[in-house]
Amino acid sequence: MKYPLTIAAIALAALMPPAEAAALKDNGDPLDSARWADMEKTFLAGAPVLFDPRVKVIAPSTAENPMQVPVTVDATALASIVEVVVFADFNPIVQVLRFFPDGAPAYLGFRVKLQQSTPVRAAVRTADGVWHVGGTWVNTVGGGCTAPSAAAASPEWQKRLNEVSGRQWSEGPNAGRVRLRIVHPMDTGLVAGTPAFHIEEINFTDAAGKRLMRVQTYEPVSENPVFTLQRTVVDGALEASGRDNNGNVFQASIAP
Amino acid sequence: MKRLFSILLVVLAGGVGAEDFDYHLAVQAVAPDVYAFIGKTEDFTIGNGGNIVNTAFIVAPQGVIVIDSGPSLRYGQQMRQAIAQVSDKPVVLVINTHHHPDHFLGNQAFADVPIGALAETRQGIVSEGNAFAENLFRMSGDWMKGTEVQAPSRTLSAGKLEVAGRTLHLVALNGHTGADLVVIDESSGVMFAGDLVFNGRAPTTPHADVGHWLTALDRLETLVRDEGVRVLVPGHGMVTRDATPIRQTRAWLNWLTATLRESARAGLDMNDVLARPLPPEYVSLPMAATEYRRSVGHLFPAIEQEALESGR
Ligand SMILES: [Zn+2]
Repeated sequence: MKYPLTIAAIALAALMPPAEAAALKDNGDPLDSARWADMEKTFLAGAPVLFDPRVKVIAPSTAENPMQVPVTVDATALASIVEVVVFADFNPIVQVLRFFPDGAPAYLGFRVKLQQSTPVRAAVRTADGVWHVGGTWVNTVGGGCTAPSAAAASPEWQKRLNEVSGRQWSEGPNAGRVRLRIVHPMDTGLVAGTPAFHIEEINFTDAAGKRLMRVQTYEPVSENPVFTLQRTVVDGALEASGRDNNGNVFQASIAP
Repeated sequence: MKRLFSILLVVLAGGVGAEDFDYHLAVQAVAPDVYAFIGKTEDFTIGNGGNIVNTAFIVAPQGVIVIDSGPSLRYGQQMRQAIAQVSDKPVVLVINTHHHPDHFLGNQAFADVPIGALAETRQGIVSEGNAFAENLFRMSGDWMKGTEVQAPSRTLSAGKLEVAGRTLHLVALNGHTGADLVVIDESSGVMFAGDLVFNGRAPTTPHADVGHWLTALDRLETLVRDEGVRVLVPGHGMVTRDATPIRQTRAWLNWLTATLRESARAGLDMNDVLARPLPPEYVSLPMAATEYRRSVGHLFPAIEQEALESGR
């Protein structure tokens, strides 16, 4: 794998500003994680990998609330993106989510439960088969994944399960932005007596039915997940539909 | 060379005061027979051993009343020694204003004395005390050695309390936590406000209900006016003779919630909110950047929910 990687790195470096090109690496985890080799094997098996500064993963270096650690993935500097995989090396459940940007830019904000300090990474596969990897370390005082959801302690949420609230911003500095929140306990299954219960898939389309983004979500996504997307043009409502692993479905229309 | 190096190490250790685990507690007289120990306006560190909190005591006719016991066993012990330098009367009651660890982890040094707190505070100490203590072991290191949770043994409730020949007015409020006890010593006019009031240090919000907190501050300001309060001992920061720190705490909470609401309405996500700079008036306030960051984590999800739900 070494040879084609180097070719890819040189080719890319030629297209990038010098500072970014210097940071581009085709080997050696810049986050220096003991679990990188495992991560690479699990998620990127066999394909060429580049540590690429154009994949931005934004998260606080210290997470105040390990149940709700904000993560923003911005891969809009890359073209021809097929999919984006988000994972956290040291989480008991490593895979956080996957998203497939179609009509929407490769930009997604969400929150995750972290059990301990860990790299949070996004691996972006482009049409040429190369994985572009970005990430950041998040330090936390544990408890995010094995702490019960607030919902687990109260039956209240059942009445509101899969209720979606959201807004679109069509003007101002955040024009094109969509934010939505879905009522769901997102139980990890790691708390004794509470089986895994989480949203599995969300589809975003425009009013005409054209797909903007598909998101596959896993256990580490925070309770009552909140997502931030960016649209290039706001033409009408954004339609969101999805289901959880128990087969409950939801559908919502978010007006501009 | 080796010797020089070890001398240097001793000097460094002495510089942070960690070598003998002496908090150097200094008794500050705030009114006749009323004294306080004023902590640093910092976060818990290995350097300060957790001495970031104010504790106090009243020398009453028949004994000493202690208000909050500090962040560790060592602190409680040193506090008790310092009290003994001022009065040879026995300690008759320890009061914990709320269930935050810097206010009750010195209780162990007063295990032979009744320790009182509001019912919800007692409950909070029992259920969350160990997790808090663990966190302080991580942040303050060996200063915490031997510290264990000593839960209060007596439930206090709002109203007048006669102790050792002194009348205390107990005011049960909430907002900083689910139960915040304010103590007013009638004969001296000293108000011990606990963490409802911060002075010259950004307030902490891990268990805050800001709406309730603001209501509590209004009540405190009324009490200061109507009950002849002459001295205000905040939970953190310098003692004052007026209500300025009450207004200061209110201004911070109002700014904080306005900022978070406005951010949520403008479509900011939590990372965008964290990246917002502090306004000029708070840039040099101790702990402002840290507490802002923490408060975003504690308070933004609920405020964001409000904004998203009202947007439909
Ligand atoms: Zn407190």
